[in-house]
Amino acid sequence: MSGNGTGIGASVKRKEDQRFLTGRGRYTDDINLHGQLYGYILRSPVAHASIGGIDTGAAMAAPGVHAVFTGKDMEGVGGIPTGWLIHSKDGSAMVEPPHPALALGKVRYVGDCVAIVVADTMEQAKSAANLVDVDYQELPAVASIEAAEAEGAAQVHDEAPDNVCYDWEVGDKAATDAAFEGADHVVSIDVVNNRLIPNAIEPRAAIANFDPATDEYTLYTTSQNPHLVRLLLGAFVLGLPEHKLRIVAPDVGGGFGSKIPHYAEEAILTWTAGQLGRPVKWTCERIDAFKSDTHGRDHISTAKLALDADGNFLGLHVSTKANLGAYLSTFATCVPTYLYGILFAGPYTTPAVYCEVKSFFTNTVPVDALRGAGRPEATYLLERLVEKAARELGMDRVEIRRKNFVREFPYQTPVALQYDQGDYDATLDLALAAADWDGFEARRAEAAARGKCRGIGISTFIEACGIAPSAVVGSLGARAGLYESGSVRVHPTGSISVFTGTHSHGQGHETTFAQIVSDMLGVDFNAVDVVHGDSAKIPFGMGTYGSRSLAVGGTAIYLAVEKVIEKGKKIAAHLLEASAEDIEFENGSFTVAGTDRSKSLGEVALTAYVPHNYPAGLEPGLEETAFYDPLNFTFPAGTHIVEVEVDPETGEVDLVAVTGSDDVGRIINPMIVAGQLHGGLAHGIGQALMEECRYQEDGQLETGSYMNYTMPRAADLPSFSINHNTTHCTHNPLGAKGVGEVGSIGVPPAVINAVIDALRPLGVDDMTMPATSQRVWQAIQHAQG
Amino acid sequence: MNDFTYHAPTSMDEALGALRGAEGGKVIAGGQSLLPIMKLNLAMPSDLVSLAGVPGLADIADGGDSVTVGAMCTHAQVAASAIVQGRIPALAAMADGIGDAQVRNAGTIGGSVAHNDPAADYPAACVALGATIVTDRREISADDFFRGMFMTPLEEDEVITAVRFPVPARAAYAKFANPASKYAIAGVMVADGPAGMRVAVTGASGDGVFRVAAMEAALGDSFSGDAVAGISVSTDGMLSDTAAGAEYRAHLVTVMARRAVEACG
Repeated sequence: MSGNGTGIGASVKRKEDQRFLTGRGRYTDDINLHGQLYGYILRSPVAHASIGGIDTGAAMAAPGVHAVFTGKDMEGVGGIPTGWLIHSKDGSAMVEPPHPALALGKVRYVGDCVAIVVADTMEQAKSAANLVDVDYQELPAVASIEAAEAEGAAQVHDEAPDNVCYDWEVGDKAATDAAFEGADHVVSIDVVNNRLIPNAIEPRAAIANFDPATDEYTLYTTSQNPHLVRLLLGAFVLGLPEHKLRIVAPDVGGGFGSKIPHYAEEAILTWTAGQLGRPVKWTCERIDAFKSDTHGRDHISTAKLALDADGNFLGLHVSTKANLGAYLSTFATCVPTYLYGILFAGPYTTPAVYCEVKSFFTNTVPVDALRGAGRPEATYLLERLVEKAARELGMDRVEIRRKNFVREFPYQTPVALQYDQGDYDATLDLALAAADWDGFEARRAEAAARGKCRGIGISTFIEACGIAPSAVVGSLGARAGLYESGSVRVHPTGSISVFTGTHSHGQGHETTFAQIVSDMLGVDFNAVDVVHGDSAKIPFGMGTYGSRSLAVGGTAIYLAVEKVIEKGKKIAAHLLEASAEDIEFENGSFTVAGTDRSKSLGEVALTAYVPHNYPAGLEPGLEETAFYDPLNFTFPAGTHIVEVEVDPETGEVDLVAVTGSDDVGRIINPMIVAGQLHGGLAHGIGQALMEECRYQEDGQLETGSYMNYTMPRAADLPSFSINHNTTHCTHNPLGAKGVGEVGSIGVPPAVINAVIDALRPLGVDDMTMPATSQRVWQAIQHAQG
Repeated sequence: MNDFTYHAPTSMDEALGALRGAEGGKVIAGGQSLLPIMKLNLAMPSDLVSLAGVPGLADIADGGDSVTVGAMCTHAQVAASAIVQGRIPALAAMADGIGDAQVRNAGTIGGSVAHNDPAADYPAACVALGATIVTDRREISADDFFRGMFMTPLEEDEVITAVRFPVPARAAYAKFANPASKYAIAGVMVADGPAGMRVAVTGASGDGVFRVAAMEAALGDSFSGDAVAGISVSTDGMLSDTAAGAEYRAHLVTVMARRAVEACG
């Protein structure tokens, strides 16, 4: 790997930005098919009701309307499946209630799909939807975990007594209990992980078509994983074989996890297109996105940490209640379990860890992965608890962390994971220096002179990314493998198309992957194009989430390139009349070792496609595919430090400084990595200070628009200090770990620890996310009696 | 959004005619309030009458002891006006803090005043400065104009043409904005002007803009932040939402009032 101007390690400007920034992107809503109709999804205005009946007569008679379909029309069609089976403590399988694409008999959340109205224009469809007369016989709703578990609570599903989906555990409970019995100190904490609404900039959209000539369905959809949608929609919902169902996820404007799930609308649109024999298009309005895109987080937890007299961690016990919403979305069930409970060793050597998670159905939007997915929840709890332990034991906040760091690798945690590599001291030291941790007290005093309360907060954390290997996730209940495919097609004249099963919706894969391939093959960066997002073009793919694309998808491409080189050596050896073993490949040339006799990649490629002078028995062509199933998760790690100033009069929190010190593995494009960190930090800061999805008791979404759901804006954020200390992942050839979720995982506890640090002189020792000005002001009032 | 008939008159007479001829007509200026509620079907006018083509509504004039701002002046125009900046800098600063840049470039003073959103900024400025709302047929004192949430004395076919602000000796506006919408949670304009000492509050009360007599009296005795810092307003009638409950809002009124006084210099 040469590391040239566009190679691995270079901050190449993103190829895809040219079209994005000049309005030439091709998003789902940009696609129009001949003869298309528009579908408007009528959604439930109530959180829980029996449907007494639906009268579609007036809507059908409205101008331009072609069809109105309800749950009864789709009754024979399969329900929306979920992708991960969780078993409870007692060995029983989780409760999986049916999820009809269009509500059947009952609606279970505000936003539940009730009908599709199809018309010549979206305006006609929307107007006609007002004429659909639905007899909602309202039922009591449960809109929170507390309501769901209350005695006599309304039942969201008859199949789920007490609204429980599963009661899961991980870790050795007996060993953990024993650790607490022998402890010198026990520190406890209660935390809420606030529910979030994802807010990708591009609302979801879909356009479905059925071709009667070939019996093929095509669905263009805003997905992070088109093959996964094909699998779920084809095999489980519509009963279509893969070769008759093509899924295209073209340019997609942000996902953050909310575009992982296979959504009911995708099934409704595809089925409707088949019924009508015409393309049907749907684009979600922002106001519907708030109540139909999967939400994230929503945990209530209580935890305790056992320590010895010196501050060594002895045991950790976590009890969490998780809100899954009204139906099980694709990865809903694994987020609060296998992406959460197994994170609780963190970067520490805690010898005994136990985590139990009880999950509940509620009359709210389904909850699924959101940037970090389970890992932010775990990190927030652990880093709040460690901070509290330092306070209660009178220990230095940094030293208590350092004292308990894992330093010997590989390290087997007591909760399943085995960390392959890391250097937590290095990222900590780098962060402390970059943030001028030691100089903080002077800054606090200076702020105090201005009437401001200044605080500093820290979190040290690990992540687990690139979930794998397939055999392991399968044994944990995953209904899919978590490998990736990559294909490299060297064209006859030497340009290259790369096909990846990952999907780029803001991550810059078209640039990063082109850098890898151009670097490895010694060809011009601009001669490499990356193709993704079309099940008709890509061999197979699991998509993009969990910071997996480079570590898993990039490795598949790497392995495909190696295969290309191996084949190229055979062709070059033939042309150079040498043995393939003697051919070396470097900078785009195949050379006979120790000589100046060589053939360029272009010459070899042309020979492969025009095989007049060609090795006997070797297939023509120069295209290779690799499937890569990793040996382990990857484990990015780091330290985040946040400095805030609180205005004690108004409660406003001013974010003064944010320092990230991260080990994300090998960096291919530092600029893209910085961008991912910036976005992740903004996301994490949003959760810590601003974002809060709130439901009223009756299940009405209280924060259903940008009028009252606060997203972080550029002006709310300081310039970030981004620092790296890199150790390489030991089990993939790129040494890559992943970066997409780092910020949202690491920074929330650092923010809240900083806010509490700032308010400690006023007597405040706890804070709930988001630390809005009102919440901070109330905490001050409360503390001051 | 329902269908409606769009009118683009080029004179005030034509505009008034279109309004009178419509069953449920509405004037549209910058559309920053009307269009969002139309999109939600909360307003379903049969006709929209645009004032964009009516001449003479977007001028700012220095009248010596007053500044007259045309109804179609955008917030950005008011913020950037040399006249407003020179004569009533508090008004320019207030306009510069409305919404975001897109809103300021489209939203107008006339539209904001006519809409009388309880969280809009202009009502506080109008009441504190003792402004006069000028319409196609009469002049209405700000004191009589803002009659509770979304309520004004405007007739169905009446059009605001300008707002006239007396030049104060000193004035300042302090706002605590909703972090999501950027509307005022508590916005306080303090003015020491021809209308006397005035403290007008927006964003806090469900009834819209209101004055705080106790603060005005205290400032009359001693114009200092400390004079108002200890004066609290009642939580009765205060708005309460996800961002700010009544108690917090009432507290912020006092803090913003003190900051506005201090900003007067």
